[in-house]
Amino acid sequence: MKRFLAFVSKEFKHILRDYRTLLILFGMPIAQILLFGFAITNEIKDAKIAILDFSKDNTTQEISNKILSSGYFLLYKNLSSTRDIEPAFKEGIIKEVIIFEPEFGKNLEKSKLANIQIIADASDPNLANMLIGYTSSIILDYQKDLLKGKTLPPIINTDIKMLFNPNLKSVFMFVPGLMAVILLLVSAMMTSISIAKEKELGTMEILLVSPLNPLQIIVGKVVPYFFISLINYIIIIILAKNVFLVPITGSIILLILESVLFLLTSLSLGILISTISNNQQTALMISISALMLPAIILSGYIFPVENMPLPLQVISNIIPAKWFIIIVRGIMLKGVSFSYIVTETAVLAGMTLFFVLLSIKKFKIRLE
Amino acid sequence: MSSVIIENLSKSYGDVSAVDDISLNIDTGEIFGFIGPDGAGKTTLFRMLTSLLIPDKGKATVEGFDIVKEFKKIRSLVGYMPGRFSLYQDLTVEENLNFFASVFGTTIQENYNLIKDIYVLLEPFRKRKAGKLSGGMKQKLALCCALIHKPKILFLDEPTTGVDPVSRNEFWDMLGYLKNEGITIVVSTPYMDEANKCDRIALMQRGKILETNYLKNIIARYPGKLFAVKSDIMFILLKDLRDYKNSNSVFSFGDSLHYSDSRTDVTKDDILNYLKSKEHKNILIEEIEPNIEDCFMDLMSK
Amino acid sequence: MQNNFIIESENLTKKFGHFTAVDAISFSVKPGEIFGFLGANGAGKTTAMRMLCGLSIPTSGKATVAGFDVYKQTEQIKKNIGYMSQKFSLYDDLTITENINFYGGIYGLSKSKLKEKTEYLLDLLKIPEMHTGKLLVSLPLGWKQKLAFSVAIIHEPKIVFLDEPTGGVDPITRRQFWDMIYEASHNGVTVFVTTHYMDEAEYCNRVSMMVDGRIASLDTPYNLKKEYNAGNMHEVFVKIARGR
Repeated sequence: MKRFLAFVSKEFKHILRDYRTLLILFGMPIAQILLFGFAITNEIKDAKIAILDFSKDNTTQEISNKILSSGYFLLYKNLSSTRDIEPAFKEGIIKEVIIFEPEFGKNLEKSKLANIQIIADASDPNLANMLIGYTSSIILDYQKDLLKGKTLPPIINTDIKMLFNPNLKSVFMFVPGLMAVILLLVSAMMTSISIAKEKELGTMEILLVSPLNPLQIIVGKVVPYFFISLINYIIIIILAKNVFLVPITGSIILLILESVLFLLTSLSLGILISTISNNQQTALMISISALMLPAIILSGYIFPVENMPLPLQVISNIIPAKWFIIIVRGIMLKGVSFSYIVTETAVLAGMTLFFVLLSIKKFKIRLE
Repeated sequence: MSSVIIENLSKSYGDVSAVDDISLNIDTGEIFGFIGPDGAGKTTLFRMLTSLLIPDKGKATVEGFDIVKEFKKIRSLVGYMPGRFSLYQDLTVEENLNFFASVFGTTIQENYNLIKDIYVLLEPFRKRKAGKLSGGMKQKLALCCALIHKPKILFLDEPTTGVDPVSRNEFWDMLGYLKNEGITIVVSTPYMDEANKCDRIALMQRGKILETNYLKNIIARYPGKLFAVKSDIMFILLKDLRDYKNSNSVFSFGDSLHYSDSRTDVTKDDILNYLKSKEHKNILIEEIEPNIEDCFMDLMSK
Repeated sequence: MQNNFIIESENLTKKFGHFTAVDAISFSVKPGEIFGFLGANGAGKTTAMRMLCGLSIPTSGKATVAGFDVYKQTEQIKKNIGYMSQKFSLYDDLTITENINFYGGIYGLSKSKLKEKTEYLLDLLKIPEMHTGKLLVSLPLGWKQKLAFSVAIIHEPKIVFLDEPTGGVDPITRRQFWDMIYEASHNGVTVFVTTHYMDEAEYCNRVSMMVDGRIASLDTPYNLKKEYNAGNMHEVFVKIARGR
């Protein structure tokens, strides 16, 4: 035990004396969460649009006002002819044009049928979709107001409610993913690099020739990073909760326990990487390409898994971060209890066990 | 008594055979030197003996324990200092020493006697980080770390490479002192002149042992006579001696050339006459006793 | 007076932060001379050599190499020197001919000249035809080292700088290497060499002993041995190092 404690204290000294890495370890999570919270956003705010109103009556005026006062849109210019539409888009400023047909109000009054055309700039398809969605729901809303108190043909009323994230705040989406990436980065990457560093320096040779057993070396390497990751993790939660007001609707204890499980998965992955890399550079390359990129791209962190082609969806199942993200979103946003995430937890636990066993088996008690 | 018994040990990496069928014994309490250039297989051999590598063929025991099956026992018995002093550069002298002591389940105090002569030299730099020490100091610290658990046998892989001559001398003095404490010392070096610091030596080249013996026996077995030759223009002298019909080998040695002749009954005058015929001036010829480098080159050329 | 010396250095100094790696060294080297820089690792040999090669700008002091200033004319210096470093400057994953072609190429040798040089080198180094197409990594250390030297002088420079060229090679190869150095010097190339093998100091025309960034002593090996009453250069060094 004394041997082991000496080992751990040595590890802490390495970490604490390397100011630059320490700064990255703690600075990066904070920088990332602030970035995702403030800068990168999927929400629409003040999107510039143009209106081509052939009718110019009260109704079109009311609809326009409703759209423009929603806070999502800003009127950039009024067009007077269909010929203006394309040049207006080419200018690159407006994202959408709303066109009211001539005699819009009268048509609505008389034939109960009037047409609005919405043209969106689909060079950014996601944005275009969202704009159209927002616009149509505002128009629908207006329509419902019109119908009030009138008995007219039965109509199917679609009442949309965004559950769990009613304001569609993207930071809510990103926080769970961010947690996964940070935990992976700190624990897996740093562990693998620090073991590889001992190989590079030649100190691993001495450690192997000492009575320390491999398990002590592995666990000794892992313990400091376990604590550092945990601290990091708590910083993220505090920031998310207090700065971005991300709710934690579920049990916070459950959340932390699940995160510890994922932490163990990451650490075992780190050890596994270190067993196949002989220097720090290789460890870094493998960590980034085999862990970080899949965790960012295939886990559902940024891009929804459901929208991926089937083969990628299948591949995403072997990425631990995917399961962790499902768990965290469940607990934080939906407030689910453990019984809802048993499967995900079991998958994660199974993976951890597999990686731990594999890395113990692969960890060499000799060089070569 | 033999501390190390090596029988037909071989290890290769792909096509390159790093250690090729080596057999020898190292006696308890002696300083045994493996001498050879880079790529001779010294490091591979040391790693096999310290149980870090598994041999392809052959077997070996260290203090009676098999290097493959009983590797755990070996690991608590040996002190090992790998080439390039493997220290934690960001830990201080004291922290390095304390760390290695606890890894071996001991403390500095417990074995202070053994390291004290070396440690007093390091004492002034106790709080300095290992990365900021001079080569000689790093070497001493690495030796302390390898000694901290009072090993029965020390394996030192190129401990003097890249260290200045003064520190090198001091280092060998320390090894002499450790030998008196009864520790068997196995050391490797690319510097031929360090052969005379060892009790017995093995000359290594490309994975093979050229010769294992006491230095004086190796020198006694040098075939033929050897002469040190000087003249005014050494560059031409070298060419002329090489072109001499009885020439066996000619090598530069410091300010003279070492020349060996293929005849057993050759005299100084034979060579002098030849060189005079080539119009050399201020010729100096002297029959000398070969040194280790002469022997090594002779064995290499066979 | 600059014509008499191919390298001249006056109070050349290099500091890294508070650490003075090279401390006001002054010396001059004659054309065709084999000039040795001796000292332990960390004595400042490599730093001094890098300044003279134009790879590192001095902190203070003056120096010219082949008549060019080490502060302002580093590009001209580089055209007039050859350099071979401790770790071979050759590419392990290229073949012998590819290495020769590459280095010949960066010094702007013409195709016909390159072909002629390649043949000459392969002949000189006695490298059999069958090996020229093999990757360097598979060749013996001795060959690589000799090839590295030949490549360093492929553009017929006035001066060649050798940084610890013989570290870790066997005694025969070391001597063959020195034979090549002598030959180059005989052909008028100035050789500036650092080493920590003290016996190699004897092969130099003049030797400067470096201790802690300063030149502790500079003379011919013969005079140094006489001055310090020593039998060989090893003893000279030990006496200088202890005597400070």
